[in-house]
Amino acid sequence: MTKQVQQLDRVIIRFAGDSGDGMQLTGDRFTAETAQFGNDLSTLPNFPAEIRAPAGTLPGVSSFQLHFADHDILTPGDAPNVLVAMNPAALKANLGDLPRGADIIANTDEFTKRNLSKVGYAGNPLEDDSLKEWRLHAVPLTSLTVKALEGFDISKKDAERAKNMFALGLLSWLYHRPTEGTIAFLEAKFARKPEIAKANIAAFQAGWNYGETTESFSVSYEIKPATHQPGTYRNISGNQALAYGLIAASVQAKLPLFLGSYPITPASDILHELSRHKHFGIRTFQAEDEIAGVGAALGAAFGGSLGVTTTSGPGVALKAETVGLAVTTELPLIIVDVQRAGPSTGMPTKTEQTDLLMAMFGRNGESPVPVLAPATPSDCFTMAVEAARIALQYRTPVMLLSDGYLANGSEPWRIPEIDELPDISVRFTTEPNGEDGTTYLPYQRDPETLARPWAVPGTPGLEHRIGGIEKADGTGNISYDPDNHDTMVRLRQAKIDGVDVPDLTVDDPDGGARVLVLGWGSTYGPIAAAARRVRAAGHKVAQAHLRHLNPLPANTGEVLRSYDKVLLPEINLGQLAMLLRARFLVDVISYNRVRGLPFKAAELAAVIQDVIESD
Amino acid sequence: MTDTLNGKGLALIPRTDAKQTLKDFKSDQEVRWCPGCGDYAILAAVQSFLPDLGLRRENIVFVSGIGCSSRFPYYLDTYGFHSIHGRAPAIATGLAASRPDLSVWVITGDGDALSIGGNHLIHALRRNVNLNILLFNNRIYGLTKGQYSPTSEIGKITKSTPMGSLDKPFNPISLALGAEAGFVARTLDSDRKHLQSVLRQAAEHRGASLVEIYQNCNIFNDGAFDTLKDPATRDEITIKLEHGQPIVFGTGDKEQAVRLSPTGGVEVVPRAQVADSEILVHDAHNPDPSLAFALSRLDEPAFQHVPVGVFRSVDRPSYDHLLNEQVQAATTDKGTGSLADLLHGGDTWTIS
Repeated sequence: MTKQVQQLDRVIIRFAGDSGDGMQLTGDRFTAETAQFGNDLSTLPNFPAEIRAPAGTLPGVSSFQLHFADHDILTPGDAPNVLVAMNPAALKANLGDLPRGADIIANTDEFTKRNLSKVGYAGNPLEDDSLKEWRLHAVPLTSLTVKALEGFDISKKDAERAKNMFALGLLSWLYHRPTEGTIAFLEAKFARKPEIAKANIAAFQAGWNYGETTESFSVSYEIKPATHQPGTYRNISGNQALAYGLIAASVQAKLPLFLGSYPITPASDILHELSRHKHFGIRTFQAEDEIAGVGAALGAAFGGSLGVTTTSGPGVALKAETVGLAVTTELPLIIVDVQRAGPSTGMPTKTEQTDLLMAMFGRNGESPVPVLAPATPSDCFTMAVEAARIALQYRTPVMLLSDGYLANGSEPWRIPEIDELPDISVRFTTEPNGEDGTTYLPYQRDPETLARPWAVPGTPGLEHRIGGIEKADGTGNISYDPDNHDTMVRLRQAKIDGVDVPDLTVDDPDGGARVLVLGWGSTYGPIAAAARRVRAAGHKVAQAHLRHLNPLPANTGEVLRSYDKVLLPEINLGQLAMLLRARFLVDVISYNRVRGLPFKAAELAAVIQDVIESD
Repeated sequence: MTDTLNGKGLALIPRTDAKQTLKDFKSDQEVRWCPGCGDYAILAAVQSFLPDLGLRRENIVFVSGIGCSSRFPYYLDTYGFHSIHGRAPAIATGLAASRPDLSVWVITGDGDALSIGGNHLIHALRRNVNLNILLFNNRIYGLTKGQYSPTSEIGKITKSTPMGSLDKPFNPISLALGAEAGFVARTLDSDRKHLQSVLRQAAEHRGASLVEIYQNCNIFNDGAFDTLKDPATRDEITIKLEHGQPIVFGTGDKEQAVRLSPTGGVEVVPRAQVADSEILVHDAHNPDPSLAFALSRLDEPAFQHVPVGVFRSVDRPSYDHLLNEQVQAATTDKGTGSLADLLHGGDTWTIS
């Protein structure tokens, strides 16, 4: 039977199942095949905080969404074209996001009376008419897998567990994915259990063959590779990019990296990744708590390391006092906040942009710190290097605001050449800087950057004391002098205000737009995708995105004032809007949704259009 | 096997042949403790003992938290970091773990170390971070003007406890032993010779050393340790622990000895009532900390008997040593990290 092949320009697939079904792994493998094939892509994992919620229940559903295309795309997609539902819970939890006409591939083996009643289905939706508006492919994934693995010397349970590879094989056939990478991956993953490796590969191939032979799938799809700029690419998640950025910063600064960290979702993967690269001279320290994590990083910075701490919002709250100490001792330090839904424990696996004001102001006293935010998963690499540049050059703690969406999402990344990376090396002070040629003044400042010298223990003749008590300008000795305090407060502020950051650039391809849509952090993709839709519908809109939030680019006010309206979508209740209104007296229009999920492009396109049309 | 640097705890720290004196370690800052404070005696003892170590001054760092004692680093002409309340062990951990060539001292008090910073203290001890932690115990909050501390006796009347404090105090020695500390000692601000001898042993121990120093706060808790200082009482109370020696104290017909008790601990009995063979011989190097812990309980009820000296001194690899071993092992195994190789690792594809 010759099957029809249809050309598509883009597809959105969502794999959904029980959190024990291996959906994240399945999604990761499909992503790797897709990256290898050369499509542009963007991914969004969505998983429960519970490691193993009760099987078959709605809270236990884990999903992975992948958007891939023959052109440059910006988001993991609003609505899936295909849902792979491994059980009734996965169907029920995701059906609401599925537009009419989309494909559903459902594992019929799991649609038992018991599983159906667990999630409140009175009847079997695969057998009544309730799914008639979708294209349903009812496939007994589990039993087909078990049957395919009959000849293998493995338990029934192990055979059943390979059903995700059967599903992956089927989808790989459906979308013409290359299979070599997955086979090599399975061989490596189960190198110590060759029988399991062979079984998983057999299940994967059985899934592929099933697609080719079954009548349930009459069409397969081709999505041509995207045209990227020349270079070598890899797929990378935000947390991995951030970890690599920190390593690159250590190499480019010629300083050993010291990470002090306490495990916390969704930041722990940065700790895990850095722990694997000790041959770069990296020391990772899993501390007893968040405070010790940042404290150890600051102590290491005093000793001449590139000190880093990684955490999420609750951890930043705990670290605040130590960050204040870093502000006043003027030591370089990077605080990575992978933001998650709050307040308090909130929703640890869900994304949010609600820590901006905490990063800006969440300390006692006047304690300014630079604040940066990457725009996309791969941008986490660039901004980690940028955070190190600012921390080292200005001797200051720097807040780097990633979030759960960037951390776990992934996209293709053109790997930079090493010589494209900035040289951020610093020189320790080794000679006295006092006028008499013998004294060392730890708070004498560089006239341009206002940074103080950095003399590390072990340097003879420069013994000095620093600390949290106010210091006399120049000598650093304890001082309670009123005018000195006023001077020091202003100097610390002036130093941060003077941090060199690039201008804000505006994207207005048609020219003459009167509405600017502004964003920061992980909303870049959805905002840019929305702006494209609005332009495609014949409207004009300009887009700008802030990656430096403190200090703001020097031209920010000018940019804001040159548009009739400024729209600012944020996944918070208007935190950046508050700062911009206070600073520039511009009547920013906020759009806020705090659902723990990224914005959808269609949603933002409608909002932009509303703003353009309302007068 | 891992080299624990047994008995050569200062081996990784650069030394100087230049003659050092007390003056070299005095900073130009005016000392601002209350007149009569026990901290003066400790500062003088430390300044005059440091030259004996023969270490390069620039490789010595004093880190402190918050409290009266935490002003200490400002008065020493070494590197110093006066940090925030309770966090000195954490900050010092990062410094010591990344710089094995430094002699790192933590100066802390009973409130700083045992209340707000209790967590960092116990973890620094169990990790065996290469730190010398000097815990100035005056059994009161001084800098905040006289509230009871986690080492104050039950029923302490203070501004915050006008009807008496309710909570049982920590015994810092018992706590440190329970936290797996390898070196635990106690000494007294007024006994310079004993203080310096204990500090020397702490310095030479590679790994975490905890030294509890009884320190008199003459403003808010004056005389807290008078029975240990008064010639009329001190000999009957103070038990000077010396490694390898039978534990006996007091003089004449008041001489007493320590032996194993039937309840599983140790007890004080009149010397005349015990055979020599029954008297406990102090073994600071005993890998089992049980007897050291039992000795630490002799001042229960409070100050009936007070052992001073080195309770425990046992070598095991320090945290910085193990951490750097991992870095070296990874480098030997994989070669020095190449950034280009790292970035190009995993599945890549090229577009020309």
